[in-house]
Amino acid sequence: MKVTFWGTRGSIATVGAQTQLYGGNTSCVTVSDKDTLLILDAGSGLRVLANQGFHKQFKHIHILLTHLHIDHIQGLGFFNLFFDPDAEIHLWGPPSSNTSLRARLNRYLSPPLFPVRMRDFNCKLHIHEVTQDQFIIEGFVVNSNFVLHPGPTLGFRISDGQKIVTFIPDHEPALGNPKFAIDAEWTSGYALAKSADLLIHDSSYSEKEYKSRRGWGHSAMHHALLFAELAGVKRLELFHHDPSHDDDELLRLFHHHVDGKWNFEVHLAIENSVIDL
Amino acid sequence: MAVKEIEIILSRQLADCLNIPIFLVDPNGDLIFYNEPAEQLLGKRFEDTGPMPVAEWAVIFKPRDDHGNLIPPENLPLVKSLSLKIPAHGSFWIENIQNKTKHALSVTSLPIIGQANRFLGALAIFWENKQS
Repeated sequence: MKVTFWGTRGSIATVGAQTQLYGGNTSCVTVSDKDTLLILDAGSGLRVLANQGFHKQFKHIHILLTHLHIDHIQGLGFFNLFFDPDAEIHLWGPPSSNTSLRARLNRYLSPPLFPVRMRDFNCKLHIHEVTQDQFIIEGFVVNSNFVLHPGPTLGFRISDGQKIVTFIPDHEPALGNPKFAIDAEWTSGYALAKSADLLIHDSSYSEKEYKSRRGWGHSAMHHALLFAELAGVKRLELFHHDPSHDDDELLRLFHHHVDGKWNFEVHLAIENSVIDL
Repeated sequence: MAVKEIEIILSRQLADCLNIPIFLVDPNGDLIFYNEPAEQLLGKRFEDTGPMPVAEWAVIFKPRDDHGNLIPPENLPLVKSLSLKIPAHGSFWIENIQNKTKHALSVTSLPIIGQANRFLGALAIFWENKQS
C-alpha cells in the first residue's frame, strides 16, 4: 500500500516561499495499491494530483470525504476526471441529520460559490453516504466513525489485510477532557487509530494557540502525540498544518514537542511525499 | 472494551463540568457515568464504582410519590426517555436504601440521539426541591 500526500495544510491553501517544505495545499492524501486509488479528502491538493495525471494509472477511483468543510472539498471542482464521460468515480462521505451528502455537496458546487454544478459532472458518479460503517473497496476494508469536530465528521481506518492506515485530519479529542489522553474507552477516534501502522492526524496548533481556540475542532501538536501514544501506533504523520505556521515555525514546534520523546516514529507531513507501507 | 460514541463522550464532559447531579446511561439503562454532585445522591464515588449495570444502580433508590407510594419504573423520567426516546420530567421522593437519606427531587431526562439518528442512551439531570 502506498500513501501519497498531495495537500497537508489546514483551513486555507497557504502557498508561498515560506511553506515550500511542508506544503501549502489543503487536505488530500491518497492510499493506493496496483489498481485502486483511494483519495482521502478533496482539498486543493486534489488539483495537484489531477494536474500530474496520477489517477490515470488506476482502474478504480474512490474519493472518501471526512467532512465537508471547504478545505476538504475545494479541490472537487478541479478534478478533471469528473468531466470525463468514460470515467467512473465513487464518492463517499457523511450526510447530515437532515440533508443528503449530494445536497450538501451541491451547496458548494453551485453558484454563487462555484460556477459549475454537480449535475454538470458527466462521469459516472456514484455517491455513497457513510456514517459509522465498515465497507469494502476492492482490496481495502474501510472502517469509518464519527470523531470530535464540528459538524458530521468521520475518520477512516483503512486496511489492505496487511497494513493499517488511519486518517483523522480534523480532530479535537482533548476537548473538555481533563484526563486526555489516558482512558482509551473515553477517547474519540481511539478505535480507528488503535495499533495503526500509520496515523495521519490533526496537529494544527501550538499549546498556546490551542488555549484560545478550544472547541474549534483541532488538536495541538502535543495532543496528536499523546493520542498516537495512547493508540499505540507505529508511525505518526502530523497533519493539517495551521496556515499561520511557516516551515520554520513547524520545525520549531516539532523540535520542541517531538525530539527524542516518543517510542514511535513521528514526522511532519510533507506535501508530495510518499510512504511505502 | 468498546470505545464510547462521541455524543456520549461529550455528554460526560458536559456533566463533568456542571455542578448539578447528572446520570448518563446507555440504551440498556446501565449507568455509564455520574458526576461528582450525583455522587452525593448515590452515596458512592464514580472513581470507586465505575460504570454500574442497571440491576445494580436502580435498586439503590426507592422512588415514592408525595403519599409515600412506590412509583412504578415505567413512570420514571429516565425510563421514559429510554423506552420512548422522548424528554421527560417528574418530581418525587427518593430514599437511598444504603444510607437511608431522603431527597425530594425533580428529574429531567433527555434521550441522546446522535448523528445518523443513532439512539445512544439518556442523560438525567437532578435537583433537590428546596420547598419540600
